[in-house]
Amino acid sequence: MSSSAVALKEIVESVIESHQGKIGALLPVLHSIQDKLGHIPPESISMMAAAMSLSRAEIHGVMSFYHDFRGEPAGENILHLCRAEACQAMGSRELEHHAKERLGIDYGETTPDGLFTLEPVYCLGNCSCSPSLRVNDELHARVTAEKFDDLIAQMEARD
Amino acid sequence: MAIRVFVPRDATACALGADAVAKLIREGAAGRGLDVEVIRNGSRGAFWLEPMVEVETDSGRLAFGPVGAADVPGLFEAGFPGEAQHPLALGLVDGISWLARQQRLTFVRAGLIDPVSLEDYQSLRGYVGLARALEMAPQAIVDEVKESGLRGRGGAAFPTGIKWQTVLDTVADQKYIVCNADEGDSGTFADRLLMEADPYQMIEGMTIAGLAVGATEGYIYLRSEYPHCRKVLSEALSRAEQAGFLGTGICGSNRDFSIDLRIGAGAYICGEETSLLDSLEGKRGLIRFKPPLPAIKGLMGLPTVVNNVLSLGAISTILAEGAAHYRDFGTGRSRGTLTVQLAGNIKRGGLVELPFGATLRELVEDYGGGTASGRPVRAIQVGGPLGTYLPQSQWDVALDYEALAEIGGMLGHGGIVVFDDSVDLAQQARFAMEFCAVESCGKCTPCRIGSVRGVEVIDRIVANEERAFNLEVLDDLCDTMVEGSLCAMGGLTPYPVRSAIKHFPEDFNR
Repeated sequence: MSSSAVALKEIVESVIESHQGKIGALLPVLHSIQDKLGHIPPESISMMAAAMSLSRAEIHGVMSFYHDFRGEPAGENILHLCRAEACQAMGSRELEHHAKERLGIDYGETTPDGLFTLEPVYCLGNCSCSPSLRVNDELHARVTAEKFDDLIAQMEARD
Repeated sequence: MAIRVFVPRDATACALGADAVAKLIREGAAGRGLDVEVIRNGSRGAFWLEPMVEVETDSGRLAFGPVGAADVPGLFEAGFPGEAQHPLALGLVDGISWLARQQRLTFVRAGLIDPVSLEDYQSLRGYVGLARALEMAPQAIVDEVKESGLRGRGGAAFPTGIKWQTVLDTVADQKYIVCNADEGDSGTFADRLLMEADPYQMIEGMTIAGLAVGATEGYIYLRSEYPHCRKVLSEALSRAEQAGFLGTGICGSNRDFSIDLRIGAGAYICGEETSLLDSLEGKRGLIRFKPPLPAIKGLMGLPTVVNNVLSLGAISTILAEGAAHYRDFGTGRSRGTLTVQLAGNIKRGGLVELPFGATLRELVEDYGGGTASGRPVRAIQVGGPLGTYLPQSQWDVALDYEALAEIGGMLGHGGIVVFDDSVDLAQQARFAMEFCAVESCGKCTPCRIGSVRGVEVIDRIVANEERAFNLEVLDDLCDTMVEGSLCAMGGLTPYPVRSAIKHFPEDFNR
């Protein structure tokens, strides 16, 4: 086993240990691994399977069912753009088009500089002040194309 | 004594800059040598006025809003936090008619208190219900809930007391209370607002539910799209535990109840209770057949109460003030208050809590003030993404479960999404199918495949490819989805689609 695989195994085992005895621990375990590593490395699946008495297929099934879990690293910033009805009523379709064009990527993709990953989301619970955009854990309301560009420029400048 | 200034920590308020406003007020006060204490309260739900800053005075709280970061220096110059002549001054909060005309029952504490302060909660009759429940027999608690007429607030409106009775009557070594905080409907944020403004209300309700049915473990299933809410809940739960309101021997009794906060992973379908239970068990969130009901075989196959956030919140009020107090609000079979959320293209959006009986038009025109864009309203979607699009001729419908059902609509979780005349209902119908395709759990073929075919057929109709024939195909497909799906995802997706075709045919005929 390579040293990185040993390190990964340690992380996976400590995460599983911290959720020991919980009902349905797999979701909390996947969340914890992703919180620590930014994604769920494919090599960790067999480690989880062995430690939790699950098959790799079961874990893959769960991972791929939920939108949140990713098997590959995301960009430095994850942008969740709301596509749901309340935001549509305030022009999110146009904003969506603008965002893809500005970043040069589609949903589920990361910009070549690794700064941004764009994801769709179906409601952020900010429906009185649409359109909504979540940047990592920060929420933005009444997002216009200009506001979007400003946010992107700020993050690019910070980099 | 320090002047108390309130700046909401609510997600929408923060999305509009409340954190920066709070910081600038602290700094501005310090720079001027003013003794000011900034408290991060919850929002009152008047989102069109957020960030709404409040100053405590002898005659009540003075409000300013919407306050942007750039407004703060000007406010201080005008005399803030004292009486300030400023364009953003709204006068006394109690005098803001949008709020004053409401009848707050569930949201009575929202915005008044620091959401995580147990002292604040208890000063406004918090944990009175639990103290009473601890003195009552389980059956007496369930009876009280039945008498209140409370119906589930998640959308299905099932009588809560009946659900609890089933769990109480089912013998098992372990039972569970599950709070469904997977509020996924577009246009809804009532659960989020309550959890961020007054989290103990729901936590208390879950504890009472545990006492009523004999469960010692509870789970909150919160959607991952609500990171602000997660912070508030985590903090509230740990404080409640430290104060002995949760854990072993709650409030010095010999009863135990603990709550574990679980986070979803981005799946709309997990708001459906059986799918939620599978997800809590660490599986894919697939719909289960009913029966068996979750009340009999729920989490891990054991009797489980699954209730929505607002339902559990109402429980603490019912126990504190008595069943009659709650029942006396409302009309017919719709008891308690009506909680609606004004969303989408709306001038004065936010949470409105009223007695049942108000019409859709009153809410949208009177409270909402029409569209944000200033253009005429054309369509209103009530009840989330599976709710129907209502044309002008139906806006005089009273907002209660039965009246909406009569016109083929549903109140659901009370989301009201307003669209102006730039909306294309053919695109909205297409989106309903697309959303179903993205979010279907995949168990039932009509939902999983039908939604994909639905998008394709609508595209053909719009492109005028054999339009009459394809409208028939779509109608047939809708029948199949309604009849052949286990849950509301596939079963109700045809509702927005059909209402769009029926009431806005010109959009399909361009």
